[in-house]
Parts: sequence; C-alpha cells; structure tokens
Amino acid sequence: MSVLLVAEHNNKELKPFTLNAVTAASQMDTDLHAVIIGNNCVDAAKKLSELPLVKKVIQVEAAHYENFVAENFAPVIVKLAENYSHIVCSANTFGKNLMPRIAASLDTSQVSDIIKVISTDTFLRPIYAGNAFATVKSKDPKKCITIRPTSFDPCESSGGSAPIEKAEPSEEFNNTKFVKREEIKSDRPELGTARVVVSGGRGMQSGDNFKLITSVADKLNAAIGASRAAVDAGYISNDHQVGQTGKVVVPDLYIAIGISGAIQHLAGMKESKVIVAINKDGEAPIFSVADYGLEADLFEAVPQFIEELNKLNTIQK
Amino acid sequence: MKILVAVKRVIDYNVQVRVKEDNTGVVTENVKMSTNPPDDNAIEEAVKIKESGKATEVVAVSVGEEKAQETVRKALAVGADRGILIKADGILEPLAVSKLLQKIVEKEKPDLVFMGKQAIDDDCNQTGQMLSALLNWPQATFASKIEIKDKKLEVTREIDEGLETIEINIPAIVTCDLRLNEPRYASLPNIMKAKKKPIEQINASDLGVDTSPRIEQIKVEEPPKRKAGIKVKSVAELVQKLKNEAKVI
Repeated sequence: MSVLLVAEHNNKELKPFTLNAVTAASQMDTDLHAVIIGNNCVDAAKKLSELPLVKKVIQVEAAHYENFVAENFAPVIVKLAENYSHIVCSANTFGKNLMPRIAASLDTSQVSDIIKVISTDTFLRPIYAGNAFATVKSKDPKKCITIRPTSFDPCESSGGSAPIEKAEPSEEFNNTKFVKREEIKSDRPELGTARVVVSGGRGMQSGDNFKLITSVADKLNAAIGASRAAVDAGYISNDHQVGQTGKVVVPDLYIAIGISGAIQHLAGMKESKVIVAINKDGEAPIFSVADYGLEADLFEAVPQFIEELNKLNTIQK
Repeated sequence: MKILVAVKRVIDYNVQVRVKEDNTGVVTENVKMSTNPPDDNAIEEAVKIKESGKATEVVAVSVGEEKAQETVRKALAVGADRGILIKADGILEPLAVSKLLQKIVEKEKPDLVFMGKQAIDDDCNQTGQMLSALLNWPQATFASKIEIKDKKLEVTREIDEGLETIEINIPAIVTCDLRLNEPRYASLPNIMKAKKKPIEQINASDLGVDTSPRIEQIKVEEPPKRKAGIKVKSVAELVQKLKNEAKVI
C-alpha cells in the first residue's frame, strides 16, 4: 500500500511546510503520492510534481475548493483513501482542521502532530505541551497522521517529474461558506521557517513597545513571535503566537524578550537550537531553557542590544 | 435554540506534568485536575448566548470517569442548565469520544455543539472535527468570534496566516479558541445552586459504541533535557557569546 500526502498550497504555490510533510510521509512508505485540491492550481500542481520524492500527483479542481474548506476537501480524500494505507498532512491549522474530518469518515483513530516516524505504524508524538513524549502504534488498517512540520527537514524541491492525474471533484458542501481571509502580509521571514525568531511577551507592556522587538528582528532578519499573553493583550496579532496552542518554531536562534516562560509557551520554542532570554525576573522559568540568560530590564537592555548589533554590522562591512 | 457544550477533565494547566517511572503514562494521582481551558471558553460563550436571549438551554456533557462529574458541575456553576456524564474508564481516544457525543446529539437534538479546540493533555485537536464529520454538520474550528445571525453563525477563525471568517448554517459544531471570551468565575451562590441542578449519568457501554483504543501507547518518556545554560552579565557579553561561541549572529 502507499501513502497519500495532502498538499497545502495557495492555488499558485505550495506552502513551504508541504515539503516537510513530504519528507515525513516518505519515511512511512516510499510509494508516495500527493493530492492537490484547489481552484486553478495547475502551477502549484506542477511544483508538487517536481518534488523527487513524489511518485504521482493527483489534481482535483473545482470552484468550491478555492478557499480550502474542510467540509469540501474531506469527501474527495476519503474517496481516494481506498487506494492508500496512510493519509498524511501537516499539523498546522490547515491539517488540524481537515484531517480529523477524514479520519472519522474512515473510522480511523488519528495520530496527531508526530515528531518522528519510528516505523510504518509507530510514531513519536509530544503530549502535555511537550512535557512527555509518547511512542504510539496505530492499529487501524488505514492511518491518518498529521506531522509537526518543524520536526522534519524540507524535501528536495526540484528535479522530479511525477505524472499528474486528474480526479473528479466531489459535490459542494452547502452549509459552510467562506467569507474572507485577513492575512497579514510581511516582508519578514515566515515565523514557522525563520532562522531567527525574536519574541516579545507581557513584559513589553504595550503594542507600541513592540517596536523594540521589530528593531531587533530587522537587524537579524528575523521573524517576530509573541507569547499568548502579548497576543491576548492586543500588542500583536494572533499569527505571531508561539506555544502549545499557537505555532511551534525551531529556529537556530530564539530570543525571548519580556517572556516569563509558561510551559505553554515553552512547548512552542524549547527545541530551538540556541535560546536567549532577556527578563528582569531572575526566577522566570524562561531561564531554565535559555542557553544565554540576561537578567535585566528589557527597556535598557534591548536598545543596548540593538546598538551592539549595529557595531557588529559595521565591523562586518 | 439549544446548545450542547462538551467539557473535558484534564490535569490543571499550571501543574508541572511528570512521567511515571514505569513509562506507562504521566502521574495523575494527587494532581490538581481542572476543566480543559478552552472548554471554559466554550461554556462561557454558550452561557453568554443564552443570556442574550438567543438560546433557551445550555447542556454540559463530559465523557470520562466518575470524577468528571466535577467538571460538569463546574459548568453548571457558571450557567449551564443541566449536565450529562457519560461514564467510561481508561484511555478514550477522540474518535470514541466523538462517537459517544454523536449519540448524545441524536438524543438531545441541540442546534449547536461547542467545545474547546484542543485538550491540553493529549493535544490531539480532533474531537470537534470528528463529531462534525460523523453528523455531516458544518464545523468552525479555532473560533475567536461568534456572531449569531438567524439560522446562521458568522465565525472568525484563528489560522496560521491570520484570521478567516466563515458562515455556517445551524446545526453546527464550533471549537473555541482561548481568545473567544473571558471565562467567568463561579460565584459561591451559583456553586451552591449548581448542586441542585441535575446531572444525568449514562454508561458509555449502554450507548452501543466501541470505545476500545485503536492506538497502542507503547511508552511515555521524559523529553530530552536541554543542557543547562549560563547567565551573562551584560549585553556586550551576550552579543560576544552569540557571535563567537554559539555562532548564530
């Protein structure tokens, strides 16, 4: 049997995490097919066919797939699933919304958010906000798996030429209507894939003070993160939230500024390669995961930090 | 309009979870238990809708051991009208829970089912979506705003890219984000009143659902520990370490 990967895209391009999901899916079985469901998504389908690990692309198009409504997507995938042993996609808001709908229709108990493929039916996944790792074995004949994208490297993105087959769309689900999407566009690296992330917490005290975070991020070409407290307080929008119920990030460098480090936040960043914490409370739990901790008032330390980074840039030039 | 709210009893979010020495799970003995945090938001939203006159009844349901009754009771104390406890022991996977909830939906015929978007113990994020698939109802997951418009809901969803708005026809399932509202605390008089509200107890086995796990939990381990870091004394030292030792800037 083979693996069916559900590609995430925006009808023009593949979303970056699709490449990570392909890597994970290929570790379950190398006979890997990918389905792309959308509207006028021929360019994205072509890119999918160029991934060397993908053996076949199935393209399903209809106007009602334009906005990725799970109620429309699930029936197509359920129908295709008869030919596959595993259905796989990323455990981001796209996959989290979609996969359980597929799994329940297939009477399968889904395995969510895996961080390692141990064998074709056995996986490692974090539970309790990453405070424990569970090794689990799926006994269902068909497996529905969501993967944590940051735990798998992106696959090679060119050189392949898989055949693209078309499949019939399913009927539109009439009880759900897409209204609008408010995407926050930015020239910065994406939070999920950035090499450096600079995050602010409640200690920033206001949305205005987040300018300090922005300045540091500018210097380091970094993405901007935030704790839930900072998002709840309205300092910054929800798409920046890092943590158990936000995004999981694994950058080379994570700089936590004015973040105390509740376990729910640590769940989203503690796998980062190097962690820096700047906080005036020396007892803050963030210091327990920080490689370099600076106990200081952020309003003094961060401007100094920016100054030091400026000096560094001058020397490098 | 009738709203069914599913609530789960979990280890309190402030507890530092410990793995059992025999690697069979995590320590739950003598550990503080609470309502799964986003389930509190689900109850709050349902109660607010009732208070606005748009709903007539809020029913809280939980699936689990006898003690999950406390979680239902807490929902009653913040405004739910009555409760249902589906008694089941052992590990319950979201698929089994959603099948049990389906039976309750068929019996109670609610217009809306609310629950938290994710339980903070198993972190599965599945039950609401599974229930809507089983019922073939629309789903609005990760809701941070709900507006009721006649027989429709307009829901703002928190997605990775920002916010998305969808319109769904009733009956529907909504899974709630922590930012949906500010859950209220139960007042003492309301806690006393909640003791008199009825909780119907049903055995999972009487609902004709096979709840046996499909996923074998082979072992549960501590995650690898990070090696201890250091405290630097100054910003200059920090920058020097990042540049010359960690080599990340």
